[in-house]
Amino acid sequence: MNGIINLLVNGLATGMLIFLLASGLTLIFGLMSVLNFAHGGLFAWGAYGGVWLYAATGSFFVAILGAVVIGMLLGLVLERLVIRPVYGNHIQQILVTLGAMLVLSELLKVVFGPNPLKADVPPLLNGSWEVEGVILIKYRLFIICIGAIVFAGLLFVLKRTKIGLIVRAGVMNPEMVQALGIPIRRVFTLVFMAGAGLAALGGALLAPYSGVIFAEMGMQFAILAFIVVVIGGMGSIQGSAFAALLVGLSGAFMAYYVPELSLAANMLLMVIVLLIKPSGLFGAKG
Amino acid sequence: MSGRRTDQADDMILETEGLTIAFGGHVAVQEVSLKVERNRFKSIIGPNGAGKTTLFNLLSGQLRPTAGYVRFKGKDITPLAPFQRTRLGMGRSFQITNVFPNLTVLENVRLAVQSQQGVRLNWYASAKAYRRFEEEAKHWLDMVLLGNRIGVMANYLAHGEKRKLELAMLLALQPDLLLLDEPTAGISIEEVPAILEVIRKVKEAGNRTIVLIEHKMDMVLDLSDSIAVLFNGKLLADGRPEDIMNNETVQAAYLGGLYDDAVASAGD
Ligand SMILES: Nc1ncnc2c1ncn2[C@@H]1O[C@H](COP(=O)(O)OP(=O)(O)OP(=O)(O)O)[C@@H](O)[C@H]1O
Ligand SMILES: [Mg+2]
Repeated sequence: MNGIINLLVNGLATGMLIFLLASGLTLIFGLMSVLNFAHGGLFAWGAYGGVWLYAATGSFFVAILGAVVIGMLLGLVLERLVIRPVYGNHIQQILVTLGAMLVLSELLKVVFGPNPLKADVPPLLNGSWEVEGVILIKYRLFIICIGAIVFAGLLFVLKRTKIGLIVRAGVMNPEMVQALGIPIRRVFTLVFMAGAGLAALGGALLAPYSGVIFAEMGMQFAILAFIVVVIGGMGSIQGSAFAALLVGLSGAFMAYYVPELSLAANMLLMVIVLLIKPSGLFGAKG
Repeated sequence: MSGRRTDQADDMILETEGLTIAFGGHVAVQEVSLKVERNRFKSIIGPNGAGKTTLFNLLSGQLRPTAGYVRFKGKDITPLAPFQRTRLGMGRSFQITNVFPNLTVLENVRLAVQSQQGVRLNWYASAKAYRRFEEEAKHWLDMVLLGNRIGVMANYLAHGEKRKLELAMLLALQPDLLLLDEPTAGISIEEVPAILEVIRKVKEAGNRTIVLIEHKMDMVLDLSDSIAVLFNGKLLADGRPEDIMNNETVQAAYLGGLYDDAVASAGD
């Protein structure tokens, strides 16, 4: 029984981490339909930024916040220079964002050196509690909490604020939103920045979790994030969260019970979901 | 007519000069110089493909002209984006129904209300402001007789209801100039009077300028202070309804024998 609870907590923590990594992509890819292959580069920049700021300031809070700001600034530059000319053209988006991905990870090596860096869990979040034989690792609980907060925050902003309504309308019909007197381009820049900031947040939180960071770390997680957005249904925050938890939990249980299959499990999950419901679990259109 | 003692240009809310747009080799709008008097009702008529919608697209900024300019409230707005023109007080409806399908009826109108009220893009609206937006959105929905459909997703509305919803969104912007592109297109005969009634109400309030594109001549003659005729992208005539109906060029080029009844009733 305890073993199962342990697997559950670990699966949830991994799932929430995946959700954090995927949440930015839900905005950029799911809502705005931009195939952003530079997303992994934003994770890595968040991770490096967080580690560097933590070492420099000694405050994990400042490090996380700073990583988000770095992500948003990179998002601003990326949107203005790279994405804006290719809205609506997926082939060109793939090409230019792959290029941007390379530039982002090479720049990391220039700034921080080519070798992997160690990433520490801050003392306050280090260690674990033992409750009735179940070991609860503090940092994992922390990630679950942050994931839940980001989830609730995103839903609130999208469903209950002025900007949320504009974003939901803008992805359906940008021209009509313009006609209502709203500068839709600026709104899209903002959404892209928010997505990039969330990606960097995911990266910054991932770093202490995996303990070591390197310039190409973003790529494998970017693929995972794309899988989660597709399984969940394009543009659905609930869908992404649900799919991320599903991926996290199935990963944990598979690794325990059928380790041979655990690598293929996510792909398998995606194939099954898309066969049954092509628009994804929470997808509206399709 | 105007009681105010201002110079000539001030009575024109909208003016175009030599407005031209070509798509490849095809000139869809050619050297159109049009004046629209403030707080009056002008209709634009012309056969299919005459360039009426394209002219609207030039006025509202969806398209940029190849030559000529657009002046709104005395200001050259030719280089402005659509959203900037809306903020200056110009609002338009589209010939093809244009609502947000996956938002509720209320949310559709609330978007217009919040855009009209908060020029600034602040993220958050206090709960009180939020409720005020909704109250106002309901007001406009009542006006177009959709008050009982507020919670419905817009894509579940019947076609006529969607057109009413569009009208509510446009009214919520409270524009000084309304550009209406065939607001009754594609809706059933029984529903036309309701839309007509809304337009008439706006007209009778007397504080807004309306430009209407319409094929239904009875409606045009009933509402218009002046009529402009577009033919092959060119402005063929512009004047009082009775003059237009009796204009020989217009009759030869466009009206032909088709609208004899309408001419007869206009001559009454
Ligand atoms: N974006 C475009 N690209 C190329 N040609 C266009 C474009 N928009 C309009 N046209 C052409 O310009 C001409 C005028 O079209 P427009 O839609 O303005 O006509 P209209 O007077 O509104 O007709 P209707 O009464 O049928 O609505 C047509 O020949 C049309 O094919
Ligand atoms: Mg038209």
